[in-house]
Amino acid sequence: MSGASIGLLAAFAPPLAAINWHSVLFFLFAVVACACAVAVVLADNVVRMAFYLVLSLGATAGLFFLAGAEFVGAMQLMIYVGGTLVLLVFGVMLTAQAPFVAIKTSSSDRVLAGLVGAALLVVLLQSAFRVDAWRRPAVADPGPPTATPLGMALLGIRVDEPAAGSPAAGGSVAVVRNGYLLPFEIVSVHLLVVLVGAAYLARAKRRRTPRAIDVAASSTGPETAAREARRSSTSALVSGGRP
Amino acid sequence: MADLLINTFGLPDWLAWSVTAMVAAVLILNVIAGGALVFIWAERKIAARIQDRLGPTRTGGRFGWLQSLADGIKLLAKEDLMPEGADALLFRIAPYVSFCASFCAFIALPFAFDVVGQRLNVGVFFVVAVLGLEVFGVILAGYASASKWSLFGAMREAAQVVSYEVPLGMCVVVPVMLAGSMDLVTIGEKQAGWFTNWYLFHDPFTFVIFWVYVTCAVASVNRAPFDLAEAESELVAGFHTEYSGLRWSFFFMAEYGSMFLVSALAAVLFLGGWNGPVPVARLLGLSEGTGDTAHYLVRLVGCGNLLLKATLGVLVMMWIRWTLPRLRIDQVMTTCLKYCTPIAAAMFAGVLLWQLALPGGLVRGLPHWLSRPSGEIREGWLEGPGGRAVRRSRTTSGPSQAAPRAAAMPEPSVSRPGSHGVAEVRP
Amino acid sequence: MMFCSAAPCAVALAAGFPALPLLAAAPFTTPVGVAHYLVVGAILFTTGVVCMALKRNALGVLMGIELVLNGANVNFVAFSSSYLRGEGAASLGLDGQAIALFVILLAAAEAAVALAITLNFYNNHATVDVDQADDLKG
Repeated sequence: MSGASIGLLAAFAPPLAAINWHSVLFFLFAVVACACAVAVVLADNVVRMAFYLVLSLGATAGLFFLAGAEFVGAMQLMIYVGGTLVLLVFGVMLTAQAPFVAIKTSSSDRVLAGLVGAALLVVLLQSAFRVDAWRRPAVADPGPPTATPLGMALLGIRVDEPAAGSPAAGGSVAVVRNGYLLPFEIVSVHLLVVLVGAAYLARAKRRRTPRAIDVAASSTGPETAAREARRSSTSALVSGGRP
Repeated sequence: MADLLINTFGLPDWLAWSVTAMVAAVLILNVIAGGALVFIWAERKIAARIQDRLGPTRTGGRFGWLQSLADGIKLLAKEDLMPEGADALLFRIAPYVSFCASFCAFIALPFAFDVVGQRLNVGVFFVVAVLGLEVFGVILAGYASASKWSLFGAMREAAQVVSYEVPLGMCVVVPVMLAGSMDLVTIGEKQAGWFTNWYLFHDPFTFVIFWVYVTCAVASVNRAPFDLAEAESELVAGFHTEYSGLRWSFFFMAEYGSMFLVSALAAVLFLGGWNGPVPVARLLGLSEGTGDTAHYLVRLVGCGNLLLKATLGVLVMMWIRWTLPRLRIDQVMTTCLKYCTPIAAAMFAGVLLWQLALPGGLVRGLPHWLSRPSGEIREGWLEGPGGRAVRRSRTTSGPSQAAPRAAAMPEPSVSRPGSHGVAEVRP
Repeated sequence: MMFCSAAPCAVALAAGFPALPLLAAAPFTTPVGVAHYLVVGAILFTTGVVCMALKRNALGVLMGIELVLNGANVNFVAFSSSYLRGEGAASLGLDGQAIALFVILLAAAEAAVALAITLNFYNNHATVDVDQADDLKG
C-alpha cells in the first residue's frame, strides 16, 4: 500500500508542488456562487430561493475579497446580504402563504427562457475569452489597500491619481479624474427619498372596506383564515403592534 | 507563522499556508467552543448567586466544574427531532448558518499585535457586517420550524438585530475616526501605552459612545434585557423551540461566540485591546523585533489581556441579564430608534468637533491646545510617513494642493511596533 | 484502502500519461485572471435574466434583479483589480470599485421600492403571482 501511495503521489507530485490557494479559493467561491444562482432559478419554494440567493451573494462577497476589493466585499456583506436580502426575506415571510410558496411556470415558458439564457451566456462567455490580456495575470501583486483611497475619492479627492497640473501628470489638466463627491451626495439623498417613499407605500392602512386578502380568506374556510390571522399578526408584531 | 514554516522547516509555499490557515481555524474554533463551555458554567453560577442560591455544586467537585461537560454529553445523546411540517433542508441548515456567521467574524479579530486570522484593511467593517448575517440563521430556523411561536420569535429577533445595526455602526465608527483606520490591529496599536491612551478616556463623547455601544451590542446578540426572541415566559423558546440536542447547542455556541466577539470588539475599539493598563513591555525596554522570544512573550501577554477583557465583558452581560427585567418589543424598538440612534449621532458629532479642536485626546491634547498660537487654520490630522500624525494646513489653493494631496495618502497598513499612538507635531 | 485499489491506475498514470494529472490540476495551479471573473459574472447575469423571465412569484423576479446587479458588480470588480491583471496592465482601479459601491447602494434602494410595490400588490390582489397583474390589459 505504501508503494502504491508513493506511486500515486509521484504521479501527482508536479501539480501538487505548486497549488495556488488563491485559485482554489476562487473556484470554491465561484462554484458556490454559480451553483446557488442556478438553484435560485430551479427551486420552486420561494423561501429556499431566498436562501440560495443569500449563499450566492455571500460567495460573491468572497470573490470580491479575493480580487483585492476588500471594502466592496465588506460592503456587499453588510448592505447587500445583511440589508437588502434581509428585506427580501422579510417580504418572503410576509407573503409566503401556502398557495404562493411554490408557483410553477409552464414548460413552454421555461424552454423559451432557457434558450434565451443560453444564447446570452454563449455571447458573454465568448467575449470573456476573446481578450488575451484578461486570461492570465502577468504578475500577481495584491496592490495597496483601497479603503482609504476609496474614502477619499468619495470625498472628492483622488489620491491614486496625479493632481491636475502637477509634474507627474505632465503638466496637463486633462488626465485627472474627479472624485465621487457629487454621486455620493446624490445617492445619499436618493436613499432618503427611497426610504420615505417605501415607508409610505408599504404603510399599514386603516381600511373601512375589508382587504382583498381578508375577503379571499373568509371565502376559503377557517384554515386559511387562521393562516391569514397569523400573517396579519406577524406583520403587526413586526410593525410594533400598531393596527 | 507561514514564514516560519517556509523558512525554518522548508515546507513548500502552499503547504505552509494551508497549515497556517488550519491552525488559525482550529484555534478560533477552540476559543469559541472552549469559551462556550466556560461561559455556560459561569452563567449558571452567576445566575445562581444573583438569585441567592448556589448553582451547580455536584458535577466535578464543589464548584460543578464539569457541569458544562455533562450538559454537552446530554445534548449529544438527545433524540434528533424534526417537526412534521418543517422544511427539512432549511431546518437542518439554520444552526450552521448562525454558527458560521459567528465564527467568520473571528477571522478579522486580532488577539495581539499582528496575531490575527487575516489582517483586513476593513477589519471593523467586516466584523460588523458578518455579525449582521447571524439573523439569517434565526429567520430560517423560525420559518422552517413550522410553528407559530418560532416564527414570531424569529421575526422579532430579525427586526431587533437589523434595527440595532444602525446605532451599532455609528458607535463603531467613532474609534475608527479616532484611529484613522478601519484596521483593527491599527486601532489597538494606537491605544498602546498607559490606560489613559485607551479610547474610552479619549474624550467624554467617546465615553458615552462606549455605553451606547454596550447597549447596542447586548441587543445585537439578543441577550436580556433584549432577549424577546428566546423569551421563555412568552414564546416557549422563540425561534429554537423545535430544536433539541446538538442542533440547539450550535445555536448556543453561536450566541456565546457572538457575545465573546462583541466584547472582544469593544475591548479592541475602546479598552485598548491587547494593551494592558501599564505598558510593562515598554517600561522593561523589551525589544519588539520580529522573531524575538521577548516579542512572542509580549504577544502572549497581549492575547491574555484581550481574552481577559472580553471575558469581563461577557460576565458583565450575564450580570445585566440576571438583573434587569425584559423589555417588550415596542420598548426595544423605542430604545433603538428614539434613544440609541440620536444619542449615537449626537456623540458622533461631538467626537468630530472634539477631533477638530483637540486632537490627541484629553490627556495629551489639552496642554497642546492651551499652548497653540491663534489664527491658525487646521485641516486635521492625517497619517504621514513613519506612522506619525502630520498636521496638514491649507495655505493657498492652486498648484500647492498637489503636495498636500500626495501627503494625504497614508502609509499602507504596516504599522511598526515602535510607533506608539499618535505623536503630535509641535507648532 | 483507496490507494490500494488505485495502485494499477497510479502505475499506468505514472508510466504512460504524466500529463493527465497536470491537466486535471491546472485550474488550481495557475493564477486566475479577469476572464474567470467574467465567466462568473456572465453566469450570474444570465441566471438572473432567466429568473426574471421565469418566475411567477414577484419576489422571485426581484431575486433575479439582484442576481443581474451582482453579475455586473463582479465584472466591475474584476476590471478594477490590479491583482487580477498583473503589473503594468491598465485596470479601472478605484473607479471600478466606486461604481460597484454605487451599484450596491442603488440595488438596496431599488429593492426597497420593489418590495413596497409587491406588498401593496399583495394587499390589493391577495396574490404575489405576477401573471395575475393584468388589470390594465387591453
